[in-house]
Amino acid sequence: MVPHMYRVLSRRQDLADTVTLALAPIDGQIATPSIGQFNMLWAFGIGEAPISLAGVDDDVVTHTIRGVGAVTNALCAASEGDQIGVRGPYGTGWDLDGAMGRDILVVAGGLGLAPVRPIVTRLFARRADYGRAALLMGARDPESLLYRDELEAWRSRLDIEVEVTVDSAQRSWRGDVGVVTRLIDRAPVEAANTRAFVCGPEVMMRFCAQALVDLGVPPAEVFVSLERNMHCAVGHCGHCQLGSSFVCKDGPVLSWAEAEPLLRIRER
Amino acid sequence: MKSIEDLLSEHPFFAGLPAPMLELIAGCGVNVHFDEDECIISENAPADLFFVLRSGKVAIEVDTPRQGPQTIETISSGQLLGVSWLVPPYRWTFGARAIDSTSAIAVDAACLRGKCDDDPELGYEMLKRFAVLVRDRLQSTRLQLLDLYGTHAS
Ligand SMILES: Cc1cc2nc3c(=O)[nH]c(=O)nc-3n(C[C@H](O)[C@H](O)[C@H](O)COP(=O)(O)OP(=O)(O)OC[C@H]3O[C@@H](n4cnc5c(N)ncnc54)[C@H](O)[C@@H]3O)c2cc1C
Ligand code: FES
Repeated sequence: MVPHMYRVLSRRQDLADTVTLALAPIDGQIATPSIGQFNMLWAFGIGEAPISLAGVDDDVVTHTIRGVGAVTNALCAASEGDQIGVRGPYGTGWDLDGAMGRDILVVAGGLGLAPVRPIVTRLFARRADYGRAALLMGARDPESLLYRDELEAWRSRLDIEVEVTVDSAQRSWRGDVGVVTRLIDRAPVEAANTRAFVCGPEVMMRFCAQALVDLGVPPAEVFVSLERNMHCAVGHCGHCQLGSSFVCKDGPVLSWAEAEPLLRIRER
Repeated sequence: MKSIEDLLSEHPFFAGLPAPMLELIAGCGVNVHFDEDECIISENAPADLFFVLRSGKVAIEVDTPRQGPQTIETISSGQLLGVSWLVPPYRWTFGARAIDSTSAIAVDAACLRGKCDDDPELGYEMLKRFAVLVRDRLQSTRLQLLDLYGTHAS
């Protein structure tokens, strides 16, 4: 439970409230994470927050953080060279290896692109292992598209379909406008042979998962990443409990077959 | 060259529609083409047509005082543009502009409304299909209103 000390290797301001930090270990390091897992990042003197892995490269872990409160604002304010505590990796990951030979559909909304980013990079690295592949991305407007340069680079490669839609836009935007669920109907995959990974705000994931199931993707092949307030991140404190499940340990990545009944439980 | 009836029968909106009904609708339709950036419909103008999109992409727009025209939705081949022709006062509530070079079948609304009045079976079939379209757009609009990706959304 004691965090390792990491140093901010680089800091990129993605959006007005969102920053990507690459962190390198100083005094020992966390175990090698699986894609889809999260770390608890500790801003000294302020507190800890669960943050998904947006990338792993040797010892360096990358996190994309949106400042919404005390901890995340402090993490976003970190400069190159600053120290941050890291413990983890925690939770379940995206099972991409188990989907070899299948079509892959990645659906991301807003900041939800960060946790699925490692799926896309791994898909590119092992493209021949999978069938058709598509990334469907939704955002509020063109200005709030995360990783815009990377999206454009992915799009220019022709072996993965990349579709982007925004909720509203000015006339200068030539791309799609509309909710991300609408992209699902025209995704170039064979539904019955598809594994889908969905990440974004919970309402968006609910509607997308339902649209995928309606399309014919089996509920056990649709994976979502849940977010709940967390404290210990190891299944002890009960902060993240949903029914009999702990999101930190049994999740955050769950199949829709598992997640759907849990999301029907109302939190008090 | 394919007839309007053939083109309509290949369009998802009309899938499974009996041939006699397709023939009635085709009788109200003509092929149209819009260049990139061409205005297709103007906000508040009479809604005397609707468009069955065959290729290209169209932006549905609303004029805003400070930011100018805002795109609220885009639609493309396989979809339909225009529902205001169905109910009085038959006026467009939004404008539409071709983002890409766009081909469509323009259906004369007054002509089709007349045929629907004369043939309730055709009218009911059209209403059922347009109801799905309206429901889908309503659901999309509600999701957009939630501002899902905003800081306070989840
Ligand atoms: C498994 C997991 C992975 C996550 N990955 C990321 C990530 O990659 N990048 C990122 O920026 N954030 C991520 N989050 C969310 C992040 O943990 C919270 O935003 C953070 O804990 C808020 O702490 P705070 O002290 O900054 O704000 P607080 O003061 O605790 O909260 C500020 C506001 O944010 C809301 N809030 C707090 N936690 C959450 C949450 N989990 N989801 C939605 N709203 C919340 C509060 O209700 C409050 O309105 C993840 C959360 C989980 C559970
Ligand atoms: S955060 Fe403590 S049980 Fe999950």
